[in-house]
Amino acid sequence: MAVLLLAEVTDGELALDATAKAVTAAKQLGDITVLAAGATAAAAGEAAAKIDGVSKVLVAEDASLGHRLAEPTAALIVSLAGDYEHIVAPATTDAKNVLPRVAALLDVMVISDASGVVDANTFERPIYAGNAIQTVKSSDGKKVVSFRTATFDAAGEGGSAAVEAISAVANPGLSEWVEDKVAASDRPELTSAGVVVSGGRGVGSEDDFKLIEGLADKLGAAVGASRAAVDSGYAPNDWQVGQTGKVVAPDLYVAIGISGAIQHLAGMKDSKVIVAINKDEEAPIFQVSDYGLVADLFAAVPELTDKL
Amino acid sequence: MKVLVPVKRVIDYNVKVRVKADGSGVDLANVKMSMNPFDEIAVEQAIRLKEAGKAEEVIAVSIGVKQNQETLRTALAMGADRAILVIAADDVHTDIEPLAVAKILAKVVEEEQPGIVLAGKQAIDNDMNATGQMLSALLGWSQGTFASGLDIDGDNAIVTREVDGGLQTIKVSMPTIISVDLRLNEPRYASLPNIMKAKKKPLDEKTAADYVVDVTPRLEVVKTDEPEARKAGEIVGSVDELVAKLKEAGAV
Repeated sequence: MAVLLLAEVTDGELALDATAKAVTAAKQLGDITVLAAGATAAAAGEAAAKIDGVSKVLVAEDASLGHRLAEPTAALIVSLAGDYEHIVAPATTDAKNVLPRVAALLDVMVISDASGVVDANTFERPIYAGNAIQTVKSSDGKKVVSFRTATFDAAGEGGSAAVEAISAVANPGLSEWVEDKVAASDRPELTSAGVVVSGGRGVGSEDDFKLIEGLADKLGAAVGASRAAVDSGYAPNDWQVGQTGKVVAPDLYVAIGISGAIQHLAGMKDSKVIVAINKDEEAPIFQVSDYGLVADLFAAVPELTDKL
Repeated sequence: MKVLVPVKRVIDYNVKVRVKADGSGVDLANVKMSMNPFDEIAVEQAIRLKEAGKAEEVIAVSIGVKQNQETLRTALAMGADRAILVIAADDVHTDIEPLAVAKILAKVVEEEQPGIVLAGKQAIDNDMNATGQMLSALLGWSQGTFASGLDIDGDNAIVTREVDGGLQTIKVSMPTIISVDLRLNEPRYASLPNIMKAKKKPLDEKTAADYVVDVTPRLEVVKTDEPEARKAGEIVGSVDELVAKLKEAGAV
């Protein structure tokens, strides 16, 4: 059985970690063909061909596919769908934008954010902000699935798949890209980082968020934030961890000044080790933390940064 | 221009859900239900479009059980002009799938001819994040998902989207489907006089059969489990102790 996997391509570059994790998830379903689509996608296609487990790579380069607008990208995937039983992607904002559109055009349901593969038709996915795990069995002829990357290991390198250029389909011309505002960051990418240090409302200001960033830099970690911290303007919104932000599962997650609301826990409770620093000993975050420190973060975080 | 706003009745976001012991689902009996938080943001945006003179009428629509009336009355109290309830289930535990919801909404759109559909980006119960995109596909319309900024400019909408890595601005042609993200606006509270007035606003009751849409699920729910519980952790007394524990655990 054949699987078409939409590679995560940003500005011509392959997001290797997200794509390789989706490959691991999809390996259990059949032979994987990766689709790299974009205004430029050749280099991304070459990179995808090296992922272990990929049998073939299709590269579609066209101006209309730049910035992964949903309408032309979905039309392209649907034009290829005939040969595949599964159409899958890592559950990034790109895929969440495109895959449901693809599914509806094929008159099938989408399975969003799958965290486990039981068999070719049966998948596990978290619901209710991760407070329940649902096992669903699809009766559709084609399965359109996005995979929650945080729960799969990245497939290794060492593949040597053939790369084939294909052409884009006619652009429906319903949308155009205007601009990107990319948050510049030298730190590791949040969803693939091994260590994440997050700050919440307790940090108190954008200036004081530098304490969080200082500790993160010491640990080589990515910086995360709770919704409260983002809404208060302490941190940019693409740092938000939670049900509506990013879902992470690093080896170490340090939650500082975060109470631990259901919606935040949804994005980090699969982390291997959770550390919480909070002055409120009743904070729900202590119910999921492996190591908790009840302390004023303004004293504890600088001390911790020093002693590491 | 009319604005159509689909709203969903879901478990209140503050409620800690309980998975039923027999694995048949989540227990929704006697649990507080509310309007999906993202849908409140969509309703708020629709009303703001009307207040800005860019829309004439705001129609709220909900699909599910009879009790969804309450959710629609909330939308009416916030400022929607009228409501449509499509009854498609007789038990609160039956969650109609996004594909079926999108098909019903597509029929409502054909009837009402809105210039824009404002939907929430995801429902906090099934966490699917799919209905808006599916509706857009079925209608062959443009889509602007995860919107944190929206400006209507003649025949186009300028949408700022929250994407991984930052913000993306796109221009989509109208009519269009916009799915709204948390940061688009701060929804208003309905005042008591408005709640009273909302009781007199029109609420049409329909069924899925009226729209000739089959709501049979494509995904059979085999079981629903409790997520694996984390082992109880420990409270450490000092930063030194924390550092020692982390080193011992190999975490740093």
